[in-house]
Amino acid sequence: MTTTEIAPVQVTVSRDAGGNARVGLAGRLDATTLPEAWSQAVIPIRKNLPAQLTVDVAGLSYCDGAGLGLFAELRRSVAVKGGSMQLTGVRPEQQRFLDMSVLKDPLAGQLQPAPQPGSITQLGKSTWLIIEDLRQLVAFTGELTVTLFWAATHPHKVRVRETLRIAQKAGADALGVVNLLGLLIGLILAFQTAAPLERFGAQPMIPTIVAIAMAREMAALITAIILAGRSGSAFAAEIGTMQVTEELAALKTLGLEPVRFLVVPRVLAAMLVTPLLSVFCLLLSLVGAYIVMAALGYSLSFYVNAVIGAITYRDFLGGVFKAFVFALIVAAIGCLRGMQTKSGPGAVGDSTTRAVVAGIVLTILADAVLGVVFYYIGI
Amino acid sequence: MTQAKSQPHDGAIIQVERFRAAYGGKTVLQDVNFDVNRGEVLVLAGGSGCGKSTVLKHMIGLYQPADGRILIDGEDIAASSGADRERILRKFGVAFQGGALFGNMSVLENVRLPMEEYTDLSREMMDMVALTKLRLVSLEHAAQKLPAELSGGMQKRAAIARAMSLDPAIVFLDEPSAGLDPITSADLDELIVDLNAMLNMTFVVVTHELPSIFRIADRVVVLDAAVKTMVALDSPDKLRDSHPNPWVHSFFNREASTSQEPLAAAASAHAAPVKNGGRV
Repeated sequence: MTTTEIAPVQVTVSRDAGGNARVGLAGRLDATTLPEAWSQAVIPIRKNLPAQLTVDVAGLSYCDGAGLGLFAELRRSVAVKGGSMQLTGVRPEQQRFLDMSVLKDPLAGQLQPAPQPGSITQLGKSTWLIIEDLRQLVAFTGELTVTLFWAATHPHKVRVRETLRIAQKAGADALGVVNLLGLLIGLILAFQTAAPLERFGAQPMIPTIVAIAMAREMAALITAIILAGRSGSAFAAEIGTMQVTEELAALKTLGLEPVRFLVVPRVLAAMLVTPLLSVFCLLLSLVGAYIVMAALGYSLSFYVNAVIGAITYRDFLGGVFKAFVFALIVAAIGCLRGMQTKSGPGAVGDSTTRAVVAGIVLTILADAVLGVVFYYIGI
Repeated sequence: MTQAKSQPHDGAIIQVERFRAAYGGKTVLQDVNFDVNRGEVLVLAGGSGCGKSTVLKHMIGLYQPADGRILIDGEDIAASSGADRERILRKFGVAFQGGALFGNMSVLENVRLPMEEYTDLSREMMDMVALTKLRLVSLEHAAQKLPAELSGGMQKRAAIARAMSLDPAIVFLDEPSAGLDPITSADLDELIVDLNAMLNMTFVVVTHELPSIFRIADRVVVLDAAVKTMVALDSPDKLRDSHPNPWVHSFFNREASTSQEPLAAAASAHAAPVKNGGRV
């Protein structure tokens, strides 16, 4: 076979009285000429499948991998009805190459996508996945709780430097965005309540509404959502990548449990900084609300007195406690999703998405539960 | 954009001329000159960190040379763009060290992808051609599997099948034998030799596996990290038997050596780089 002679492919198909067929190929057989050869050879053979097919390649001046595909398809076509194919006119130096067109499964080639499971099967699989996820969540919660208690009793074993590094990334580095959102939320809340309250002459109530809403609920919630988007996803991606690159396996073989080595520093760091961030969020939201109040003609002293009179230390501490709980949830779920990462390039992305979604959903769920608990204990 | 075509050196399909590579302004390789002849198997060899993969990545156009130029079939790949670059890229296939298979596609889809982009073949034609490519690397049974379901060796073979998807004139292989068992490695070597003989494919192979080098290489470019350039270019037998550079001599005789000491001694005896440009 030489690459110098370029000629279009010529195909001849003939049949004998016994139902056997002969395909003659000449010229150049590559990806460019394959469609022509395919239509002239494969299609007629498929229409009337012979018991025995002979393909004469003596006239081929060039044949590459695309040509092998033609021979494999001709073999597959005749094998459908139990027929066989043989190549003739093969030069000795071509033999090994052309043998590559003999697939182990002669019927291989009609590649259909795997059948989709039925709806009942899918429902069963989804249910099983949810149960398995819950089982892992419970097991992880138990392991984390035990390890956190262990860390409390063995503080010198906690990786303090790593914890502080994560605290800086999750806390100090997030301060700007938390402050900005707090300012805007306070401003929007005050602005949106100003118009309806004006109808009742109740605009002096704006500081009370903003202060209570932010102190009891919104500051902690907004901070937790930012934490889920920034740090929960980062935890899942970091640990997920370590899972893919077998660093978690390496940790285990070194006798270092991933929960103690990786999860505890992240959870502690998040629990350390999130309440502080929520306080900043609250303060900046009050600044935002004051901007609206100032525009409405109210003085700073009126505003400060109204805010101080509106919220109690219980409201404030209740909000801070919520932020503490939300941090635990968001950080833990981020780490869990990272550790659940499977293989493949999309796995880390999937874990990150699941970490953010689960972090936000569980945070709001916890907020609802805490709201009921606070109501009954009088906070 | 069109570019001035240089006349290929007699028989040369790749020309590396006064090549210098630098990362962050720091030169890692310089004054590298060699040709790859049409239809030959050329191996880039040398110790770890000598720049073998760096040369390969410049040859396939991933990086721009700091100096000099690399011509593929007479065309400067670094200076090309648009349709010119696409035409040059179609002349070669690359199998990366880690396989670099697309993880969200089956093995067959990985092999079929270049055909989908660059040919007018129908789906059933592409499937059958892709299947025969997988047959070449003994992976037809794994056509529908995802890369993550394959072993490291199988991923490498699948990557080679993808590199050959369009029957390119040149195939670049980065450390194809690394991490493979001796039998799989030998099978891979045999495949390279067969494809080279049957299809006149040109191979540029990065490896430091001596058994592979002696099985597949027509010529070997030896790079040396100490002098940051190529120190030898010859057939593996000549490099083993009669090359004057003690480091090169030791490198190609290390299997016969019973001790690592000669290597250590030779490591400090890096000789002068090749100055003749390695033309043959």
